[in-house]
Amino acid sequence: MLDIFTRLADWLIYGLAGLDPASKWDSSLHFFIEDTTKIFALLVVMIFVIALARAYLDLERVRDYIQNKNRFCGYGLGASFGAITPFCSCSSIPLFLGFTSAGIPLGITMAFLFTSPIINEVAVIMLWSLLGWEFTLVYVVIGMAVGIGGGMILDALKGERWLKDFTAKAYQQASNTPQSDVPAPKAPSLSMKERHVFARNELKEIVARIWKWIIIGVGLGAALHGFVPDGWFADNLGSGQWWNVPVAVFAGLPLYSNATGVIPIMESLILKGLPVGTTLAFCMSTVAASFPEFIMLKQVMQWRLLGTIFVILLTNFMIVGWLINLLSPWLFSGFAR
Amino acid sequence: MKKVEVLGTGCKKCVTTAEQLEAVAGELGIEVAVEKVTDPAAIMGYKVMATPGIAIDGKLVHSGGVPDRHKIESLLTA
Repeated sequence: MLDIFTRLADWLIYGLAGLDPASKWDSSLHFFIEDTTKIFALLVVMIFVIALARAYLDLERVRDYIQNKNRFCGYGLGASFGAITPFCSCSSIPLFLGFTSAGIPLGITMAFLFTSPIINEVAVIMLWSLLGWEFTLVYVVIGMAVGIGGGMILDALKGERWLKDFTAKAYQQASNTPQSDVPAPKAPSLSMKERHVFARNELKEIVARIWKWIIIGVGLGAALHGFVPDGWFADNLGSGQWWNVPVAVFAGLPLYSNATGVIPIMESLILKGLPVGTTLAFCMSTVAASFPEFIMLKQVMQWRLLGTIFVILLTNFMIVGWLINLLSPWLFSGFAR
Repeated sequence: MKKVEVLGTGCKKCVTTAEQLEAVAGELGIEVAVEKVTDPAAIMGYKVMATPGIAIDGKLVHSGGVPDRHKIESLLTA
């Protein structure tokens, strides 16, 4: 079904514009047109459908739900809700405080915050359309694992020692006083019309927020696609020496992007022969470890905690990279080299 | 004079919310003092989990996004 976009790009570039399929510009342009049309078409449809189904999952109810679960389910739930809850990074402080002051352990809150930027419906749709479902599945599993693992390590280190005073106090209070069984606020029941309005607003807001990222991401991906010779990574970076992964993680750090901008670049990197694990490590580091967000979290925690979280994340990305490189011959017989 | 507080750590949505509140209040001829609250402890005090939130005269009336015009009108006239 998705080849109509390939054919559309064929028709526009080779038919209408009459470009030569062998030139570099041309294969870049083809990549650009095929991917942007495909991504936008799928996004518009899928965001709307998902928003319809999801209207309206609110954070208070998510919190109450997690609060009443045992600790070990908690990590998984934290990461799952992080993945499905629509969430803007500027809400991370209030969310952090809301969870913490409800007595939810730090590790569970952080599992939510780690997973949230890595997995969202936009990322999943894009991965699926560009790299196929096997890859998407691996990506989601890894994203959750990074979140859950990060949260558990943080609790094992007793990270809550290094919260800011007022946050720590709120957390203590909540954990000492047994939570009363206040029922979760009732779900506002929405009529079909209200759901449509919600979905339409959601669509407008998400597209307005991400269209630039898609253009930039696909543009860079297209440039890589046309101008970097096949096999360049294998020739210049070696094919999968262990140090490639840390290099990729550190290279991703200063790049501040969201999943939307990075996924088209991943597609190109993989097609050009960068090992899948290395590519994933680069992508996660770009998306989930961004300085602006870390600086924001400084408002509620001490430097020590912030530093610890940072180290845990980077270590996790490297482990993911190595592990996937090791396993990729079995995971992706299709395109991994 | 209504005291309107916009709760949020300072992202673009909070700025938009504050501007729209002022604009709508101006049109309706309601006197308001709009203030942006960015201190995390203060925001926690209102138990808001999704910003931007709005508190009028010290009472939380909205949270979790930029309210549309209709909603702002009903908040200000309530």
